[in-house]
Amino acid sequence: MSHRFLPYLWTSLFLLVAIVLSVAIGSVFIPLLSQLRLLADWLMRRPLPDSLQTFASIISAIRLPRTALVLLTGAALGGSGAADQGLFRNPLADPYLIGVASGAGLGAVLAMSLNWPYSFWGLMAVPLAAFCAALATVFVVYSLARLGKTVPTTNLILAGVAFGSFASALTSYLMLRSTGDLHRAIAWMLGGASQAGWSPVLAVLPFLAIGLGILVLSGHSLNLMQYGDDQAQQLGLHVTRARTVILVAASLTTAAAVSFSGIIGFIGLIVPHVMRLWFGADYRRLLPLSILSGAGALLLADVLARTLLAPQELPVGIITALAGAPFFLWVLRRTKNQGYW
Amino acid sequence: MLRIEDLTVAYGARRVLHAVSLEVEAGQVVALIGPNGSGKSTLVRAVSGVLPVLGGRVRTNGDDLLSLPPVQRARHLAVVPQAVSLPPAFSVWETVLMGRTPYLNFLGQVSLRDEEIARQALQKVEALELADRRVGELSGGEQQRVLLARALAQSTPILLLDEPTSNLDMHYQISFMETVRALAHQEHLAVLIALHDLNLAARYADRVALLQEGELKACGTPRQVLTAELISSAYHLPVQVVPHPFADTPLVLPEDRSV
Repeated sequence: MSHRFLPYLWTSLFLLVAIVLSVAIGSVFIPLLSQLRLLADWLMRRPLPDSLQTFASIISAIRLPRTALVLLTGAALGGSGAADQGLFRNPLADPYLIGVASGAGLGAVLAMSLNWPYSFWGLMAVPLAAFCAALATVFVVYSLARLGKTVPTTNLILAGVAFGSFASALTSYLMLRSTGDLHRAIAWMLGGASQAGWSPVLAVLPFLAIGLGILVLSGHSLNLMQYGDDQAQQLGLHVTRARTVILVAASLTTAAAVSFSGIIGFIGLIVPHVMRLWFGADYRRLLPLSILSGAGALLLADVLARTLLAPQELPVGIITALAGAPFFLWVLRRTKNQGYW
Repeated sequence: MLRIEDLTVAYGARRVLHAVSLEVEAGQVVALIGPNGSGKSTLVRAVSGVLPVLGGRVRTNGDDLLSLPPVQRARHLAVVPQAVSLPPAFSVWETVLMGRTPYLNFLGQVSLRDEEIARQALQKVEALELADRRVGELSGGEQQRVLLARALAQSTPILLLDEPTSNLDMHYQISFMETVRALAHQEHLAVLIALHDLNLAARYADRVALLQEGELKACGTPRQVLTAELISSAYHLPVQVVPHPFADTPLVLPEDRSV
């Protein structure tokens, strides 16, 4: 019995360590003991001692909102990556490869270029636009890839890559031409974590709660889909309905991640693979595990991005690619396990 | 029992099944034979509800299977496909438990009863000792047994098999067909099995149905259908049919085409 919970224990621990590091590290170092002390005081509703006042304001105004946003983004990338791989039965599928992420990015930039006010509802419009664009992308890519009644995976990925490049090019053009809030668009490109405060966190939260919630419940359907459409349906799955639900949920999740954190590659590709190598192919387990460790992995990458060239910040996407790719190759080489996919 | 009535299927403008009618009684193995492209796999797919049909019905005890939602249909009818490109990473146990899908909620939570049924299914195909292995590590013959167990775990009165013996060696072919026949007779399953090998059909089927260019040419006992005349004309190849040296069934022997 215990070995069924062990994977959750390890990934939760990993996430916890990543959260502590993310709160601790920055221009001012906040040791774990002070973090615990502050947490205890806050939980007990005790007044703060003067010595910890600075730490408290740094944590609540800067570190925690950033940690929360990065955590949610990583969770979204890990979860939607796992779902896309299962949905298309392809180890290469991730939100970027099938074009959804670039489509969502285009939607987000469009919304930002319209000069919405930097308020909660203004911020809320960004993920909404990203989601609509992501769904439109799925629809366009799906129709382009369709052959009669089937959608061959190769066609889907080719169409996804082509449409994704088109959307990225359009995004770049819009950002260059933008006379409006170009500053915000550039900040977005560098990873939305540089946007301060709790508003972005609150704006993505509902999208992520719905999207990730549906994905976590879709493990059994994804398991069945691994046998192909015919067998899945013969086993009793309403394949078209299940696929639509999962596709919309994964797009919602991707859109939420992209709309405030820009283009961050590799997490959605690598994290599900590592989880699959270590803990098996059952999607009922793979999805929550990919969500937990996606969050942890992106937090660590973000810590590195903040510290490597401090006080200058690196775009977190550079770190995920620089650290993620070799790590993934190392894991892959070490695995004697044939046919884990 | 399974009753196929006037089933017609077309791919675009091309009709691949013309008004095929066929009955399979409970406790009976019906072998579906015919040359490549005659519509055997199409018939199996259409009956299982994954192909749109132009006309006709598939009935069991009054229910029209094709009009049922997939979950309901999967409680009446299970399919054993050819064991090719199965997801390799699932264990045998996980694979067989997926046969319980029509009785599970959408989370796929299995009860002790589901596990017991899956265990029995593995036992019936003599593959219980494979339970913890990964499907990707198994031989073709073992994978085919696992797929049979998955179909048995569906607890359906009807079993469809699509050329399950095509990739198996002689030993696995015989033991697989023996298992299927024993299951049909002991558990009163209605079994429709598409087969390439005419002599396997002759030896293990109670009745044989011959498809040719999407039409049912003949249906009856192996002796009635496996005649030199019918087989020669369907396969465009001269054949001789002789009595099997040690079984009470016909034996089909192809001649050279020049003869």
